[in-house]
Amino acid sequence: MPYPYPALTPEQKKELSDIAHRIVALGKGILAADESTGSIAKRLQSIGTENTEENRRFYRQLLLTADDLIKSKGGVVGIKVDKGVVPLAGTNGETTTQGLDGLSERCAQYKKDGADFAKWRCVLKIGEHTPSALAIMENANVLASYASICQQNGIVPIAEPEILPDGDHDLKRCQYVTEKVLAAVYKALSDHHVYLEGTLLKPNMVTPGHACTQKYSNEEIAMATVTALSRTVPPAVTGVTFLSGGQSEEEASINLNAINKCPLLKPWVLTFSYGRALQASALKAWGGKKENLKAAQEEYIKRALTKSLACQGKYTPSGQSGAAASESLFISNHAY
Amino acid sequence: MAHRFPALTTEQKKELSDIAQRIVANGKGILAADESVGTMGNRLQRIKVENTEENRRQFREILFSVDNSINQSIGGVILFHETLYQKDSQGKLFRNILKEKGIVVGIKLDQGGAPLAGTNKETTIQGLDGLSERCAQYKKDGVDFGKWRAVLRIADQCPSSLAIQENANALARYASICQQNGLVPIVEPEVLPDGDHDLEHCQYVSEKVLAAVYKALNDHHVYLEGTLLKPNMVTAGHACTKKYTPEQVAMATVTALHRTVPAAVPGICFLSGGMSEEDATLNLNAINRCPLPRPWKLSFSYGRALQASALAAWGGKTENKKATQEAFMKRAVANCQAAQGQYVHTGSSGAAATQSLFTAAYTY
Repeated sequence: MPYPYPALTPEQKKELSDIAHRIVALGKGILAADESTGSIAKRLQSIGTENTEENRRFYRQLLLTADDLIKSKGGVVGIKVDKGVVPLAGTNGETTTQGLDGLSERCAQYKKDGADFAKWRCVLKIGEHTPSALAIMENANVLASYASICQQNGIVPIAEPEILPDGDHDLKRCQYVTEKVLAAVYKALSDHHVYLEGTLLKPNMVTPGHACTQKYSNEEIAMATVTALSRTVPPAVTGVTFLSGGQSEEEASINLNAINKCPLLKPWVLTFSYGRALQASALKAWGGKKENLKAAQEEYIKRALTKSLACQGKYTPSGQSGAAASESLFISNHAY
Repeated sequence: MAHRFPALTTEQKKELSDIAQRIVANGKGILAADESVGTMGNRLQRIKVENTEENRRQFREILFSVDNSINQSIGGVILFHETLYQKDSQGKLFRNILKEKGIVVGIKLDQGGAPLAGTNKETTIQGLDGLSERCAQYKKDGVDFGKWRAVLRIADQCPSSLAIQENANALARYASICQQNGLVPIVEPEVLPDGDHDLEHCQYVSEKVLAAVYKALNDHHVYLEGTLLKPNMVTAGHACTKKYTPEQVAMATVTALHRTVPAAVPGICFLSGGMSEEDATLNLNAINRCPLPRPWKLSFSYGRALQASALAAWGGKTENKKATQEAFMKRAVANCQAAQGQYVHTGSSGAAATQSLFTAAYTY
C-alpha cells in the first residue's frame, strides 16, 4: 500500500469540520439556490402567483439576499450540486446521479460566492430485486467522488443516499436495506479518502413502505433507525440530518423526537433539515406581492435561525402534551 | 437484492450480545492465554523452563487458581485447544475453574498463516474447513467466544489490496460461522508493529484495514452487537526513530477507530503486540482519557502484557506460586483501572514490566 498522500491539510480539515459542526449546531442546514426552474414554477403555482420570469427572478433574489442576512447572523449557506438522476441500463428502473463533470470548478465558484456546504441526492428503491448490487455500489461510488471533490474546494459535502418509502415492504426490510446501503456508502467514502469529520449524512429514517398495511409506533421507527445507523455510520461523522421523505413535517418531527430519546448509543448529532417548510412559509408570506418582500424574508430568516426543539428531544406535537414521550421504548419479540 | 433471510433468531442475538457485554463490563478485559505449543515454548525458553505439556499445564494452573477477585478485572480468557481439556492437580477442568469464577471461556480458532502467492510475503489465515463442527463442539464443551488472528504488515507495497480484502473476508466468514454456533467472535486484524514507519502511516493503514473489515462483516450479515474487536493500537513501527507519548498514541488510535468502527460494536479489546506491560497499561489509560467520542468499551486482550512478570516470577518453580499470582493480579488490576481511565502510574512496577516484549514478525 502506498504511503498516504494526504488529501487535505490540517487547516483544510479544521475548516470543514468547523462548518459541519456549525450546521448541526443550528439544528439544520439552509438549502438555497435551487437551480431548477421547474421547481420554482411549482412553488409559484402553489401560492397562485403567475409563473413569469420577473416573478421567478424576484423569488430567487428574495432567497439569495436573505442568505446574506443569514450568513451575517452566523448561519450557513449551502448549494445543491447534483444534476439529477439517470437510468442504470440493465436494472429494474434503477438510477445513478449525474453532476461530476466540472464539479471541482463549480464548487470553487460556489465557495467564492459564499456557499460552505453542498448536497447531492442519490435515490434507491426497494422492490423484489432492488436495490441491486450495482445500484448500491454505483450510487455509493458517485457520492464518494462528489464528497472528495467538495472537500478539495473547502465545501462540506452532505451525502444523501435516499431509499424511497414507495412500496409495501415492512419496517424490517427497510432497516435491512438501509444497513446495506449505508455500509456501502461508508466503505466508498473510506476508499476515496474522504475526511468523515467534515461531512454530514442525510439519510431516510427507517420506515415501512407507504403501502405497508402494518402500522408501527414512533418508538419502533426510532429504534429501527438508530439501530441501522449504529451498525454503519462511524462515530467520526459529525451529524445526521434526516430527510423527511414522504412524511409531513409534523410526523417527521415526532419521529425525530423519538429518535433522540432512543436508549441506544448515538455518537452523532441527530437532526433534520426544514428545507420545504422554510420555503413554504416564505412563499406564503410573499403571496406574489412585491410589498411583502421584507415580511417574506423575515419569515424565511426566522425559520432558518430557529433551533429545532425536536433535536433536543423536547418536541411536543401540537395539540398533545408530550404523549409520545411517555410511551415505552421496549418492543418485545422485535429483533433489530 | 434478495429478500432478507435472517442469519440469527432473536434469542441467538440476545445470547451473543449478552456474552459480549459480560466480557467487557465494568472495565474488565481478556487474558489471552492461547499461546500455541510452539509459542509457549518461546516464552518458557526465556525463563529457561523446558517446554513440556506438564510445564505448560502448571503455569496455567497457577494463573487460573488465583483468588476469585480476579473476576473483577478479567471478563474472559482465551485458551488454546490443549488447555481447554487440561485439569488442575485435583483433576478439575480448567474451563470449569474459570467458569465458576464467572469468567467467560474462549478458544483460539484460527490455524495459522498461509502465504498469498504474488505478494511481498503476505499471508492469509487458515481454519475455515470444518469450522462449524469445531465451534459446535467447543460450545458443548463450555466455550462462549472464539478468536481469530489475521496478520497484516506495513512494508514496501504492503499491506496490498489483496491482503486486506482476503484477510477481511476470512475474518467475516469465521465470525459468521461462530455466531451460527452461539460463539461470540473476537475479530483480530493485527497490523504488525515491525518496521520504521511513523505513527501517521500506521494510522492510515489501520483505518483502511478496519474499513475493509467492517464492510466484510456487513456483507456476511454478521451481527455486530454480538462481536468484539481486537485491534492493534496505532503506534509507530518498532524501528521508527521518532518517539511518541501515550497521548499521541491514544489520539491516533481513537481517531482511527471512530472513523471505522460502528457504535454497535460493544467492545474493543486491544492487543499488546510486544509493548512492555507498563506501556500497554499506560497507553490503554490514555486511550480511555482521549476526548474524542468513544461509544464502545475500550479494554484489553493481553497475552504477553499480562503474563511477562508472572512468568519471570515463576521461573518453573512451584514454590513461586504466590509471587506468580501476585504479579499476574497486579497487571490485571492495573489494566482494569486503565480501561476506565483511572490508572495511576506509581513507578514501582516489576522489572519485567518495563521490558519490551517485542519479537520480530511475531506469530503464535
